[in-house]
Amino acid sequence: MAWQKVCPLEDIPLLGARVVAHEGGAIAVFRADGDHVFALRDACPHKGGPLSQGIVHGSGESARVTCPLHGWNVELATGSACAPDAGCTRRHAVRVEDGAVWLEVQEQSDPVRPGG
Amino acid sequence: MRKQKLVVVGNGMAGVKTLEELLKHAPERYDITVFGAEPHGNYNRILLSPVLAGEMGLPDIMLNDLDWYRDKGITLHAGRKVVEIDRSRRLVRADDGSAAPYDRLLLATGSLPFMPPLRGADLPGVLAYRDIADTEAMIAAAREHRHAVVVGAGLLGLEAANGLALRGMDVTVVHIGAWIMDRQLDRPAAELLQASLEAKGLTFRLEAHTAALVVGERGRVAALCFKDGSEIPADLVVMAAGIRPNTGLAESARLHCARGIVVSDTLQTVTDPRIYAVGECVSHRGVAYGLVAPLFEQARVCANHLAGHGIGRYQGSVTSTKLKVTGVDVFSAGDFLGGEDCDEIVLHDRAGGIYKKLVLKDDRLAGAVMVGDTADGAWYFQLLREGKNVAGLRDHLMFGQGFAQSQLGDTGHQGQNQAALLPDTAEVCGCNGVCKGSIVKAIREQGLFTLDEVRKHTKASSSCGSCTGLVEQILASTLGGAYQAVDKHAKPVCGCTDHTHAQVRAAIREQHLTSIPDTLRALDWQTPNGCATCRPALNYYLISTWPHEVRDDPQSRFINERAHANIQKDGSYSVVPRMWGGLTTPAELRAIADAAEKYKVPTVKVTGGQRIDLLGVRKDDLPAIWADLNAAGMVSGHAYGKSLRTVKTCVGMEHCRFGTQMAMDMGVKLEKMLFGMWSPHKVKLAVSGCPRNCAEAGIKDVGVIGVDSGYEIYVAGNGGIKTEVAQFLCKVGGDEEVMEYTGAFLQIYREEGFYLERTCHYVERVGLEHVKRQVVVDAASRRALYERLLYALKDAPDPWAEQQAAPLARQYKTIELKAEPQGDRHGLAESLSA
Repeated sequence: MAWQKVCPLEDIPLLGARVVAHEGGAIAVFRADGDHVFALRDACPHKGGPLSQGIVHGSGESARVTCPLHGWNVELATGSACAPDAGCTRRHAVRVEDGAVWLEVQEQSDPVRPGG
Repeated sequence: MRKQKLVVVGNGMAGVKTLEELLKHAPERYDITVFGAEPHGNYNRILLSPVLAGEMGLPDIMLNDLDWYRDKGITLHAGRKVVEIDRSRRLVRADDGSAAPYDRLLLATGSLPFMPPLRGADLPGVLAYRDIADTEAMIAAAREHRHAVVVGAGLLGLEAANGLALRGMDVTVVHIGAWIMDRQLDRPAAELLQASLEAKGLTFRLEAHTAALVVGERGRVAALCFKDGSEIPADLVVMAAGIRPNTGLAESARLHCARGIVVSDTLQTVTDPRIYAVGECVSHRGVAYGLVAPLFEQARVCANHLAGHGIGRYQGSVTSTKLKVTGVDVFSAGDFLGGEDCDEIVLHDRAGGIYKKLVLKDDRLAGAVMVGDTADGAWYFQLLREGKNVAGLRDHLMFGQGFAQSQLGDTGHQGQNQAALLPDTAEVCGCNGVCKGSIVKAIREQGLFTLDEVRKHTKASSSCGSCTGLVEQILASTLGGAYQAVDKHAKPVCGCTDHTHAQVRAAIREQHLTSIPDTLRALDWQTPNGCATCRPALNYYLISTWPHEVRDDPQSRFINERAHANIQKDGSYSVVPRMWGGLTTPAELRAIADAAEKYKVPTVKVTGGQRIDLLGVRKDDLPAIWADLNAAGMVSGHAYGKSLRTVKTCVGMEHCRFGTQMAMDMGVKLEKMLFGMWSPHKVKLAVSGCPRNCAEAGIKDVGVIGVDSGYEIYVAGNGGIKTEVAQFLCKVGGDEEVMEYTGAFLQIYREEGFYLERTCHYVERVGLEHVKRQVVVDAASRRALYERLLYALKDAPDPWAEQQAAPLARQYKTIELKAEPQGDRHGLAESLSA
């Protein structure tokens, strides 16, 4: 378990995302309204679509991304699919410090915990 | 901010629907208290008839059980009747003496059955047919008694009669009018219906005036006596002679009532703006509605105002009627009687038990009555609500949607277009594999009422939409009278707003709005930054209305248009370089082959649009593969965009022995002219050099067909979801004219089309005549359109070339985390110049 610097905040487009490579599967780091950052495993709970490529909308706790493959909405804060769809994708802790985005990534040996 | 108090009087479908809508918009705004006279949660009153008929049980018809109120934090006083509204102190009092203060009050008191002032009307065994208690009393009576009389042969009366007959009673229906359901049916339809109900065992007494109800030995009603002196036995009398808005409480609070509580278009009472009213208790523009669909429309508008958005207006409803008696199909909508200024189309098959009448006024459908076969009711109702010009359909209108559509191709559901004929196992939605039975089940169990709800819960009709008509039919037949077909052009853009596409387009033009945030502000959007549905639409409207002025917003575009490539199911992308008019060269092919090898492209495919698709490119490689293709002189093919796709050509007079025009040359010219054009939806063209039409121009957005004397131009064709044959626009002489007419047509589509509306849907909506006037007849208008298009497309850049430059190229790169972040002073995972 370790915090790692990802990139300057401005390298992520506002209402957009960047993809971070990770051995446990790519991680999508989102920059939502008000420069709130969120990180989720880059796989929709539906059919594994790359959430990083979706349209980001909403703000605060209700910030969401719409999966580009079949239009599921996923809550950025929890990784849960919005009703009536059901499912959850794993969350990662993420924060902004001095204009840089930091991500907490698990070592490969860490047990995989479900998100949400 | 202190939460406001909302009190709702009436726990029926209209009141609770308003709450559901309100909670969607503003879940935290109110402390909500609901008073309901019945000791239940909210149930689906429309389904009392199936309960009486023994087809459903009471648990099946609950919409909101007591847990729902608890989960939503709503205080429910079930079984308590409000007896007083104190408007000066702003509180209501219930029959148990308790009081509840309000900031806003919603009256949803429904209606009361009309009880004719008859001697004996208060005897035991005389009932109305209104709620669960009435229904249970009728079921109990059917167990013990034999003779039932239903007074009133309207919708409710016939359903009651049918249910009682199914429970084994001898039922006589007594009606004052000359034919049954005289408010909904004309005489021939009613006679056919009566015959089929008689075949089910019902007896009718028409033009019969009841004089009194006669008491029997045990103090219970025993007979019904007519004014002519005759008498029939009656152990149970159900009064179904109509309903009256329940306005007693409102009147006692001195709220203006005139056959209903009078409300404005915002569903506020005209007397006291703090008090709202919805449902059957309301009189709106002089009309009190007794069907559920209009009540739901009122609920939506009312909730919007209660939530403080204050945009929607309720402007009245067109209603339709279906009789929910198993095995008897009756449908009626609009002005079904017609008149001198109307035309009627009638099909009457007495022996076959089918009667259909369509009433036309000014080339529009004004009303419809159907008995025996109502499969097309939903379609007729849609035509009626949209006020669609049906002149072009008139000669096959009577034969229904199936016939009208059998003229065209509609793919994905085995050629079926009548839901009623489908078995439960039939796959309705070919995209998501949803069969009819699952849709019906979801509608019943989840209490779904609209197409959008069915889409969300079942996914049916949520992808390509080709089965939308079928799903609407299933909704209509499952819900009966509760189904309200929506006018799709009057629908809001999405859940973030109440504005329609037309209103948004007009506002952007009239108020000169030039950014998405400005537009959201100016139009009071209900979400901070829209959603995945509205933002792409707004972005298109802005850039198409104010070319060279508005800055494109990539974050409001679907990924394909943001990454200038087409996302595939595994998250890889496809790359399609443009081949003008379908032409290429050995050098280009060599460059494509080299790129395919260099970037390990797993699949290389020839597309339907005469070019080559490189499938399976990693996003990280996109800028590099584009750079290689650019270096060989190729540019983006826009195979991913709501934009110009291809101009397909045949070899034309250049090579073909039959060719009459230079099809390849014409196609290249058109494609170069239209390069970089964004549009409401994708646009495909074709040019054929002779009427053999090898380029398949008849199913393109614009199809150009060379003939010896010039070119024919066809528009609004479509080879996709639903095969639509392009319609003839005009004949022109030379290449310049082809460019001008084509350009003008595409520009009017770009200016007037709604986002995601293909040319065929746009032309269907506005009418080909409108397009011809602007593009063919009015030369000045055509030139102006053409010039606006050329201006918009001036210096259109190749997006592939643009995207290779920093900082745009950054978005394509995956960030690699460094193993030892402390070692890097900036700690950055990638160089800033990427």
